[in-house]
Amino acid sequence: MQSGDCLVIGIGNPHRGDDGVGRLVARRLDAQGAAGLLVVEHAGDAAGLLEWLTGPEAVYLVDASKTGKRPGTISRFDVARTELPRVTFGCSTHGLSVADAIELARALGRLPRRCVIYAIEGRRYDIGHALSPEVDAAAEEVANLIRDELRHYHTG
Amino acid sequence: MARRTIKVDALARVEGEAGLHVIVRGGAVQRAELRIYEPPRFFEAFLRGRAYTEAPDITARICGICPVAYQMSAVHAMEDALGVSVPKSLRDLRRLIYCGEWIESHALHIYMLHAPDFLGFEGAIDMARAHPGVVERGLRLKKTGNDLMALLGGREVHPINVRVGGFYKVPRRRDLAALSERLQRACDDALETVRWTAKFVFPDCERDYEFVSLCPANEYPFNEGRIVSNRSLDITARNYDDHFEESHVARSTALHARIRGRGSYLVGPLARYALNFEKLSPLARAAAREAGLGSVCRNPFRSIIIRSIEVLYACDEALRLIAAYEEPDAPCIALSPRPGTGYACTEAPRGMLYHRYEIDADGTIRSARIVPPTSQNQASMELDLATCIAGWLDLPEEVLRHRCEQTVRNYDPCISCATHFLRLDVERA
Repeated sequence: MQSGDCLVIGIGNPHRGDDGVGRLVARRLDAQGAAGLLVVEHAGDAAGLLEWLTGPEAVYLVDASKTGKRPGTISRFDVARTELPRVTFGCSTHGLSVADAIELARALGRLPRRCVIYAIEGRRYDIGHALSPEVDAAAEEVANLIRDELRHYHTG
Repeated sequence: MARRTIKVDALARVEGEAGLHVIVRGGAVQRAELRIYEPPRFFEAFLRGRAYTEAPDITARICGICPVAYQMSAVHAMEDALGVSVPKSLRDLRRLIYCGEWIESHALHIYMLHAPDFLGFEGAIDMARAHPGVVERGLRLKKTGNDLMALLGGREVHPINVRVGGFYKVPRRRDLAALSERLQRACDDALETVRWTAKFVFPDCERDYEFVSLCPANEYPFNEGRIVSNRSLDITARNYDDHFEESHVARSTALHARIRGRGSYLVGPLARYALNFEKLSPLARAAAREAGLGSVCRNPFRSIIIRSIEVLYACDEALRLIAAYEEPDAPCIALSPRPGTGYACTEAPRGMLYHRYEIDADGTIRSARIVPPTSQNQASMELDLATCIAGWLDLPEEVLRHRCEQTVRNYDPCISCATHFLRLDVERA
């Protein structure tokens, strides 16, 4: 990863219903391609994520959330400015979560200058279940939002 | 009678879901229970009917931290059933990928999960704010282990390059040589880790464990060796079921393992170290002596130093294996199925991992049995709690509760493995 690049990280498990929505957004952005944009899919373990957070100027992370809001609800967190609410995202292996990766990066001075998380509220997380329609629609919207942000980021 | 309860509903910094329940009556510990409530995962059942070749990839999914251990026990057990063994070059590559797993798994536990207990931090993030250089060292070590696993296994989590009979693809000498410089740096980082952890303040708590570990003749154990204890057990994996038994206890979805007729025993770093100290590399032995350790350590809190010594050993051993590596003629040996039963134990980072498979003439798995290290250590964790807490009952509630959690974290328990971990409830008056 060269510094100066923009990175989109889609997080989740594609085999667990709406949990895979972050990766779907990543795939949609990747399919369109953009100069200077790197897109990766990630299972969400903190140490691995920390590696990806180190280097690029701007990182957008997309993950599913489970907060009780209406499925398909989109939340945006500017984590370069404020801490991520800890209740929003689940835990991963050995209890280190996406939020832990962000805060570890901040503590180590590795957090990118621009770091934004988009969370899409899921409905079902069952193994082998397809994406819910409202979550699929939200994925399209988040892909567009990130595309707009990247455009403004590059021109602004 | 006065009754006190200490409860931890969900243990932090462990892999999986579990709690603790300790009941104290009249100033004595009446009961100390580790409650594992993570749902069982039924891996042994869904291995039935699958091909013998699928066992390494299916069982690797039991754990994201120690998939190599599952792959190694699976391939050795299948090769035992087929009556074959792999040549030295493939055997050395298996040892090398295991070094990668020990480095990444131990570094994660030492730095992210365990050290904050000794330094008074809530977790790794608080520790990183105060000691960023220390946490960077831990992350660097972990990454070296992950990169070694990725190079040999195709990827760092759930490697896909391991197969019964060897590997799908073996590395070139130059691929491995490229990692040597990093491993040399990792050796320096690991030595610093031993010195750093040796300075921690440890609670005074020792137990007279029955240590159980593999004991190969001339090397520190990873993939092979007889199963040996400090109380005269000396058997092969083929006799594991004759000497060890599992039973279900209502408080745990993971089976408890015991030595028949004797009871609890300990697997993992303390056991490996006590039974194989002389087989550590000179560098690792010297680091142990510098840390003030003898050839046996019975204080479970000092396991963090032993883990650090094992990381140092794994880096040192990886360098040795890379320097001696000769590319094999073929990435795997030829195999043909035959009916039989295969047995194997290998040393996962948390301790000995037993696999047994019965396969039929076309290689279909008829039955499978997997006994992970955390299952084997459950009874020992409870005895550690009961023994250690007895001396700490005057501590303030919050300190006691934390000490109880720490007692379990000494084991780096992997509940997801075992249910296939923590709430603390200490009841007292």
